Amino acid sequence: MPEPRPPIVELTLARMREFTREPEAIFWVFVFPLLLALSLGFAFREKPPDKIPIGIVAGPHANERLAALRASPVLLPRIVSEEEGKLALRRGKISLLVTGDATPVYRFDPTRPDARAGRIEADDALQTAAGRKSIFKSTEQHVSERGSRYIDFLVPGLLGMNLMGTGIWGVAFSVVNARMRKLLKRLVATPMRKRDYLLAHIFSRIGFLIIETVALVTFGWLVFDVSVNGSLVTFSILCITGGIAFTGIGILIASRARTIEAVSGMANLIMMPMWICSGVFFSYERFPEPVKPFIRLLPLTALNDALRLVMNDAAPLASISTQLAVLAAWAVLTFLIGLKIFRWQ
Amino acid sequence: MTEVSNLAVSCVGLKKHYSDVRAVDGLDLSIGLGECFGLLGPNGAGKTTTIEILEGLTPRDAGDVTILSRTWEHDERELRERIGISLQETQLSDKLTVIETLTLFRSFYRRGHEPDELLRDLSLDEKRNARVGKLSGGQKQRLAVACALIGNPDILFLDEPTTGLDPQSRLQLWDVVARFRAGGGTVLLTTHYMDEAERLCDRIAIVDHGHLIALGTPKELIAKLDAPFIIEFTSEPHLDENEIRAVTGCRGCTRRGDAWQLRVDSLAVAVPQLMGAIDARGAKLVTLSTHAATLEDLFVSMTGRELRDA
Ligand SMILES: Nc1ncnc2c1ncn2[C@@H]1O[C@H](COP(=O)(O)OP(=O)(O)OP(=O)(O)O)[C@@H](O)[C@H]1O
Ligand SMILES: [Mg+2]
Repeated sequence: MPEPRPPIVELTLARMREFTREPEAIFWVFVFPLLLALSLGFAFREKPPDKIPIGIVAGPHANERLAALRASPVLLPRIVSEEEGKLALRRGKISLLVTGDATPVYRFDPTRPDARAGRIEADDALQTAAGRKSIFKSTEQHVSERGSRYIDFLVPGLLGMNLMGTGIWGVAFSVVNARMRKLLKRLVATPMRKRDYLLAHIFSRIGFLIIETVALVTFGWLVFDVSVNGSLVTFSILCITGGIAFTGIGILIASRARTIEAVSGMANLIMMPMWICSGVFFSYERFPEPVKPFIRLLPLTALNDALRLVMNDAAPLASISTQLAVLAAWAVLTFLIGLKIFRWQ
Repeated sequence: MTEVSNLAVSCVGLKKHYSDVRAVDGLDLSIGLGECFGLLGPNGAGKTTTIEILEGLTPRDAGDVTILSRTWEHDERELRERIGISLQETQLSDKLTVIETLTLFRSFYRRGHEPDELLRDLSLDEKRNARVGKLSGGQKQRLAVACALIGNPDILFLDEPTTGLDPQSRLQLWDVVARFRAGGGTVLLTTHYMDEAERLCDRIAIVDHGHLIALGTPKELIAKLDAPFIIEFTSEPHLDENEIRAVTGCRGCTRRGDAWQLRVDSLAVAVPQLMGAIDARGAKLVTLSTHAATLEDLFVSMTGRELRDA
């Protein structure tokens, strides 16, 4: 008779089998993030910046101004009536309105960055046309380096978001499903150790997380030329720690819920702030300074920040230790609390 | 305590209530080693609550429980190794195969059966690699019992193992229980089926509303019924209760829908008298049947209610 394998191994295998035999799960975990990366990647692909639209109020100087502004490569001027121009400015169709007789007057909304740029650029063009001489001739160097494009920002964010989603859903659904079927009750009627059951969820998650991450990173590399610039060991440690933190949160969410509805509600409640605040699609730098420390304590923020550091800036392990500590704290605390308050029946 | 007891299970003064329902209301039971003990009662009688308290799964409000001379409070792990459980409504994971499920359960126990051997014993070997979700009700139930047996337990707890099964599947399960007992095992099972209890159990406890209302071997219990025969009949028009009670040797009667049921000492005396009463009334006999009293009749006579709602 072959020696039976340890329960933790059997439980992990069982969990992995259940998962791979669920076609919908495969779609949401492996296919969906790739589709998302593909569509967002194309929506935000690199293109030359739009020219800044500028209105020139019709009048004696209008035509010479038009000619002067057309000389600038970044401006898109046209002549408008005063009424038309004010309306277009209000509606954001133009960023700047040039009026005034002998000396130009610039009307614009100073809170709009392109309006400020337009004002400087337009003034420069008009002054030059009027005969101003440059003191020296400056030159420009344009950069579009890997690591600084939007897609370089997006891919790590998507990876982090995916690890969060699959970690939380994967565990929470399976636990609540087992509770509803009274399977948990049946399991605690055996000598199985309760922590083995929960650990098996974590171990099987790590298995899938590896496949998931490799798929998304390979995809980003092939399609968008986004690569992991840092060490793969650091990258793996980070992904696994992040994955475990979210599995822990999944366990905590599922620890007492009795229905799928309860668990989805709670999971959405917990994930929503992180989708918004943790810098998946745009940076959280715009949030007010006092809330940033709290945002940085969110597990998805820690994971995304660290992923970007490792993938784009090739940061070594030591420089992401803060983020790793945040993730590890989430992992340990949620697991222990989840185990403690877990409802087995 | 080093007191050696030959009791497998015992409980004294067991109580459990849910908000306003007294699910178990002061129950005393003792089950000997090697015995097959049946807990019988209608829906909501408290059978599941009782058996789950004994299994250490449901906390009790009051009373003492001893299993194999040990208590859940002190020896949970050791007891878990030594008992096998099939719950009333567990659904095992649909996505796993039969052998995967059994191998998983096997891994929880220090010692136990070889999963493939057990599948052969339960005639599930043909379904070895089938997904649990694709099994029939009877096959699922046999798998549940296989999971209960996998750790080679000393006591087997089965909560309604045959409810909803076809007669052949029931027979197969009875066989499994019989073989387990032949190996010296103790069984505690709950059921709605009197024939199952009579056939399988050495002793039976009938419970209703969380109370013990009768306890004994099937023979003793039937003997408790003051009359050993039952007549069931319908007539057009109905007879009145006093006309029926006038039949010599009638120990009682119950109305069940259109039919009257009466418990009598002797069929030879009672049937002709009953015919006479129907004639005298100018009524017509529509149906008539008689049988020797069963546990079912005992239950009806003690509670005035049916054992099953259906
Ligand atoms: N978790 C619970 N919460 C509230 N009431 C409960 C709970 N479990 C059982 N009850 C109540 O306790 C009583 C006994 O239920 P129990 O399940 O023990 O009956 P049973 O004899 O097993 O019935 P059945 O034959 O239908 O399985 C019922 O009235 C039931 O409604
Ligand atoms: Mg029950």
